[in-house]
Amino acid sequence: MLNRKPLEFYTEALPGVDTSELQGKLIVIEGPDAVGRSTQIALLRQWLEREGHAVLDSGMARSALAGKGIKMAKEGNTLGPITMTLFYTADFADRLENEIIPALRAGFVVLIDRYIYSIMARAIARNEDRRWIEHVAGFALVPHATYYLHANVETLVSRVVLGRGAFDYWESGMDLRFGPDKYESFIRYQARLIRALDSMVKPYDFSVIDAEQPVMRIFAELRKRIGKLSLPRTAARERTRGVAAKAAV
Amino acid sequence: MPLFKPNRYRGKLIVVEGIDGSGKSTQISLLSHWLRSSGYAVAFSEWNSSPLVRQATRRGKKKEMFTPTTFSLIHATDFADRMESYILPLVKAGAIVCADRYAYTAFARDVARGVGRRWVRNLYRFAIHPNLAFYFRVPLDVALGRILGGRDALKYYEAGMDLGLARDVEESFRIFQGRILDEYEAMAEEVGFHIIDASLPIEEQQRQMREVVVRELGAGPEGGVLRVPEGEAVA
Repeated sequence: MLNRKPLEFYTEALPGVDTSELQGKLIVIEGPDAVGRSTQIALLRQWLEREGHAVLDSGMARSALAGKGIKMAKEGNTLGPITMTLFYTADFADRLENEIIPALRAGFVVLIDRYIYSIMARAIARNEDRRWIEHVAGFALVPHATYYLHANVETLVSRVVLGRGAFDYWESGMDLRFGPDKYESFIRYQARLIRALDSMVKPYDFSVIDAEQPVMRIFAELRKRIGKLSLPRTAARERTRGVAAKAAV
Repeated sequence: MPLFKPNRYRGKLIVVEGIDGSGKSTQISLLSHWLRSSGYAVAFSEWNSSPLVRQATRRGKKKEMFTPTTFSLIHATDFADRMESYILPLVKAGAIVCADRYAYTAFARDVARGVGRRWVRNLYRFAIHPNLAFYFRVPLDVALGRILGGRDALKYYEAGMDLGLARDVEESFRIFQGRILDEYEAMAEEVGFHIIDASLPIEEQQRQMREVVVRELGAGPEGGVLRVPEGEAVA
């Protein structure tokens, strides 16, 4: 989008950050709920660490600042759509400034489970203004690659039922008041999310991966594509060694 | 592009703005009591008061973990919650909502912290446009005298200590409030503030405010604002 290079800000520079100091790699895994993102992140992390890279992974609602607040707010089921969008954006900003950017400065490979695109997709699925949220989230860094795990709603349904065994209030978009039935609401809401993510493939340069395949096939595909990114292996390996040496002391 | 969404509802939104020590909270409190005793349905909303966001705000302040961007976003989240769950439904229902600080506070304070002017204006675009926005204009020294004279120790973010403007808390507060004042003055025309001279006596400021409010609300309930029927007791 806007012909920005990796590790530049989209539309808004964060005060006090010099992007020319950043040297790691920023890799994003995107996709709807229950598509298998966290499984792939866990596999990728192991693989990258075995290959000698220093890896940081980060995901939504895990910030020191807002993570707990978001979980508490969600329990009450009283989170309005704009409040939710902004709370998640605050959570993302805290992780970006305090975890992701420092790790990139140190040459880490940063693996992100859901980036601003999911925040934007949720906002769009709730009929919020697309340009508004794009501008709000404009302080995000352009990743080196975004892998979009793509699946249809039926696949997500079977994964939720077989895996978790129950539909979650928020994953079913119950706040949208489609009706009392979580299964039907899940289908309508996830279809909206998929449509919103699909619309970002081109402008945000997503690399689409068919997530209907078995886990290990998806993993192999991700490895193949990540292999082409020329990750900063040697530098990171020395750093990892440094950390290991410190840990040994 | 308009700053906010137009208020197409029965109710009214009245907000007060100004730097710390400008006396705006006193004035909006006097105004809301007067409106209530005149029979109007009045609600009150204060900056940074959403119960949903309180935990995160407290944590950020206590551990001094805010950056200009997260400070701005957490306060916008707080504002959004009050807008979605309190201010908007009440304005729709016909109440007069009085707000002590509104989005303009973020426009002044967050920009003084280094956040982008256009970015923070976009951030608050979901808010409804106030019917009246009063700005309490006060010279910096007068405001500082009121704050530094009769109050507890200044807090870290309140004094802008996160910006490294000065080692001394009072000095930092002075510089930071000066920057905020400059932002308020720069936007006064752009946003159409009703300017009140905050160095006048309290009663005179209140008289001027009421004059403007009466003009805005019109003579009676035909504007749609909820009011206790004539002759009935006010709760």
